[in-house]
Amino acid sequence: MHGYGPASAGRPAAPEPGELRLIVRDQPLSLAEHIDQYGPLPAARLGPKALIEDVESSGLTGRGGGAFPAGRKMRAVAEAGTRDTAKGSAAKGSVIVANGSESEPASSKDSVLLSRAPHLVLDGIAACASAVGATRAYLCAGHGDPAQVHFLTEAVAERSRAALDKVRVEVVTVARGYLSGQENALISALNGNAPLPTFVPPRPAERGAHRRPTLVLNVETLAHIALIARFGSHWFAAAGTPGAPGSALVTVTGAVERPGVREIPLGSALSDVLQHCGVSQPAQAVLTGGYFGTWLPLPAALAVPVSHEGMRAAGAALGPGVLAVLPEAACGLAETARIASFLAAESAGQCGPCRNGLPALADALNWIAFGRPGPDIIGRVQQLADLVTGRGACHLPDGAAGLVRSALSVFAADLQAHLRAGPCARAGGPPVLPVPARGSR
Amino acid sequence: MRTDPDGGTRHQPQAQEPELRVNPIACDARGLCIELLPELISADPWGYPIIRPGPVPLQLQQLARRAVAACPTLALMLISPPG
Repeated sequence: MHGYGPASAGRPAAPEPGELRLIVRDQPLSLAEHIDQYGPLPAARLGPKALIEDVESSGLTGRGGGAFPAGRKMRAVAEAGTRDTAKGSAAKGSVIVANGSESEPASSKDSVLLSRAPHLVLDGIAACASAVGATRAYLCAGHGDPAQVHFLTEAVAERSRAALDKVRVEVVTVARGYLSGQENALISALNGNAPLPTFVPPRPAERGAHRRPTLVLNVETLAHIALIARFGSHWFAAAGTPGAPGSALVTVTGAVERPGVREIPLGSALSDVLQHCGVSQPAQAVLTGGYFGTWLPLPAALAVPVSHEGMRAAGAALGPGVLAVLPEAACGLAETARIASFLAAESAGQCGPCRNGLPALADALNWIAFGRPGPDIIGRVQQLADLVTGRGACHLPDGAAGLVRSALSVFAADLQAHLRAGPCARAGGPPVLPVPARGSR
Repeated sequence: MRTDPDGGTRHQPQAQEPELRVNPIACDARGLCIELLPELISADPWGYPIIRPGPVPLQLQQLARRAVAACPTLALMLISPPG
């Protein structure tokens, strides 16, 4: 059954398995409504030991894309903080960074979560602050949306009037750009430097914002932690599968009748998730994991479990939970070429292989999609993909290379047709996947 | 090669053997490392170093240290893996 979290003594019950956990209705929950829904954070379960152990045994992994075990991250920061205090290097405490920057253009799950359940995220920040001994906390909202920043600042003010949190949360916005939400770029920005990836080490857990041990977690991860603190790790793992416990928010876009953000038990079959969103027209492929991601062919991939391990076994990745459905009427090579151009333009230009290689890769892809390349173009694309892989300070070049490799394999028949007869008629159609114009976000 | 008393052979690769790494942000494609250590470092089409993965063999470690010292942007590093 669903672990502890008893419905006795007027305390709200834990959501049953199968019930929505994070976004329970399509409007924002005020602080009072939030506490009606979930009950208050139980102070007794927030100590450094209890919560970190709960999160570790829950199996929760980061929901920002990396899928790193959240409990291990918390433990590393807690231990770094203890070491610092023991060394007497000032007991200034560690820092929490809630990452809601969501710079992935096809994803909207973090902004939807923040707009519907801000107090779940803020509870998660409070719980982690108490567990790792943080004295400062930042909530990074995305894209500089002033209305959202105002809304979140109000939510923080509501909590401070109720004297709810020991650590005041500062709402900040991050710069536009695909890389600005990257963990090290975020910390660099908080330290007053350019919002660009850095060459690790040091790891944020050792020395991050303000040179303090820093816990960077995606906002959805924090919302799950807020619920684990209340209802326990067994309750958390009652959804999902043993290898992929819990639920997750996914953003479904493209050729579906009801695109948008859904909460799913991890490990659901891709067919179930797509059916839920209404498959409106014959589809040929799905882009998983966002623009860093991987194409999977349809209908072949319909049985793939939507989880990090399930996607990995299929040669793909769930990333931040993007599932973009490509209709038969679109050209996968043209879509990939546009995304490759976007990724090349988003390169911070710090690392030579990425600065030079990504534009060359995008050019080759555009030549395939819209031009008349010679037969040696496939070898050139493969060579460029290999050349950029693993050679940046961040994973942008690896992501671009992986996306392009998967396109060559999933759209192999189209590729041959393009090489034989030039661009197909579908390549001239309107884009299915959103690619923001440079500087428009 | 002589056999050690415990039956193992000498000069086996050890976990402590250093590896070359390049800080891609600091690297400016000056190319000195490629000239000094062609055994382990080659140039990509844009002049940036491609480092052969794996530990640096003992007989090349002196040259590797020289290449590290010669890098004008301090981008090349010889790192001993922990353990």
